[in-house]
Amino acid sequence: MAQVNGGNGIAPALTPTGSERVIYELRSLYESYGFKQFSMSKFEQYDLYARNKDFLISENIITFTDTNGKLMALKPDVTLSIVKSTKDHEGVMQKLYYNENVYRVSKGTGTFKEIMQVGLECIGVVDFYSVYEVLQLAAKSLLTISPQCVLSLVDARIVTRIIGSFDASEEAKAEILRTIIEKNPHELSRACSEAGIEQESFDALVAIAQMHGAPSEVAEKLSEICAAFEISDVCDEFLSVVLALEEEFAQTSLAIKVDFSTTNDTNYYNAIGFRGFVQGISSSVISGGQYDLLMRKMGRKSGAIGFACYMDLLEELDEELAPYDIDTLIVYSASDDFKAVAEKAQELREAGESVMVQRKVPQKIRYRRLVEFGESAN
Amino acid sequence: MQDSNGKRALNIALPKGRLGESVYGLFEQSGYASSQMGDGTRRLIFESDSGEARYFWVKPSDVWAYVERGVADIGIAGKDILLEYEPDVYELLDLGVGKCRMAVAALKGFRANPQRTLRVATKFANIARKYYAEQGRDIDIIPLHGSIELAPIVGLSDVIVDIVETGTTLRENNLEVIAEIVPLSARLIANKANYAFESARIDGIVDQIAGLLSEREQG
Repeated sequence: MAQVNGGNGIAPALTPTGSERVIYELRSLYESYGFKQFSMSKFEQYDLYARNKDFLISENIITFTDTNGKLMALKPDVTLSIVKSTKDHEGVMQKLYYNENVYRVSKGTGTFKEIMQVGLECIGVVDFYSVYEVLQLAAKSLLTISPQCVLSLVDARIVTRIIGSFDASEEAKAEILRTIIEKNPHELSRACSEAGIEQESFDALVAIAQMHGAPSEVAEKLSEICAAFEISDVCDEFLSVVLALEEEFAQTSLAIKVDFSTTNDTNYYNAIGFRGFVQGISSSVISGGQYDLLMRKMGRKSGAIGFACYMDLLEELDEELAPYDIDTLIVYSASDDFKAVAEKAQELREAGESVMVQRKVPQKIRYRRLVEFGESAN
Repeated sequence: MQDSNGKRALNIALPKGRLGESVYGLFEQSGYASSQMGDGTRRLIFESDSGEARYFWVKPSDVWAYVERGVADIGIAGKDILLEYEPDVYELLDLGVGKCRMAVAALKGFRANPQRTLRVATKFANIARKYYAEQGRDIDIIPLHGSIELAPIVGLSDVIVDIVETGTTLRENNLEVIAEIVPLSARLIANKANYAFESARIDGIVDQIAGLLSEREQG
């Protein structure tokens, strides 16, 4: 036996990939808060999505006819299935987390893609504590994914009530909301002008659209705007939660921001909404909020709040490629004793090495060292 | 690349051509000048002398992709491209340069037959589809990549949806604007995730450029 491509260093034990580590840690985090895993079938009746198309990120759904003639779909979303499968229990908050694949159209290729999603839902009476707990978990989820992260928060009631106070058409109000979400002051100006919004209100809307700062930095300005529109109660509720969150996470690398571009679809989300960003990923990795309006549309009395982490995006994080595919490649010949080959491979594995055994050196394999066994060494 | 404070350079995607060069002038005046810019090379990446900014020269219709994917923190894109591709980005500032309009044009004296599907030749299929959907009009889109004005002349389409600047090309080909869809100009866009981390620097640039534009308007 001869060592051809030597090297004494032993590769570190196989480590989980970034997303495997994150999934494991998120599950542990959610279970430590008493959340129970919710498992579900890959399929759901298509009707569920047809009735709530706007709630879905993409309207495209993979459908098929089941053997009983029912039109089924591969799940494009988890929240709707959880809401459908749970029942209201007065006074009790149902706390569920999931780790499921969903099927959506990829924006880049325009074709369907399987996407791993981890998230949680709380269904019951949504009070200050439950909102705060979900925000804590969203913040901790972000820190689990990457230390450099930002959690952007909003209360949809602030914008919807300000815009709702205008005597304008529904189309004009929708356009104003769109421009706020785009942080687009020039088109906000045009939309306000067309809707006949007075200058003072326009100035407030521009300040809302451009707001991006820590709760403690924006609190005064936001309170002032909300007081002018007589919605100080909503503002105080929002600020009390986000200021507490800012204080709790002050010593971490997580930045908490108030940013109204975070506003989710106001047909479904009615109060707190949030998005999480991590350095190095080009879009939000966490998205969530309170969606009592979806619950009402589905005939439910309970409120609900939750969020999803989009695990497919973690691919964008630079993960250093290991310099070798395996530690040791053993090459044997037909005349070698197979038991001796197996024993040698096992001996090395027990010493912590990864070992591949082959008759000849495969192409495109990077190995730390090559061991030619028996006669093949000659 | 980092600036003197150890911060990474802000990546800026500029559209190749006259518009990009004119917008670069605004960045230059805002303190992000690059002496590499005028050295006559065909380089696609330039760094500002302060190390605070790095410019990419990209095809105008690709700027949104660089920004949406976060490779560029900010970029300059025409409103026509933003309406056509609908990228998930912030639109922070209307630069008011490259002003023109998206319009429907047809041969002079053209009368649409409401009984027939309208044949529309365009480079902007999404904009045309949305415009006619709002009007409840059935259309057949003929996607073209250039010489759009030729389509109604040779009977390939009834109308065209295209960018109109002065209208000279239309007039020279016996065409006229029959409806204006939307006014267009160059916009400063930003990646949403990168903005979450770099809002102070991005807002600083936006404020400086907005100030310069306002001075120009007044002066």
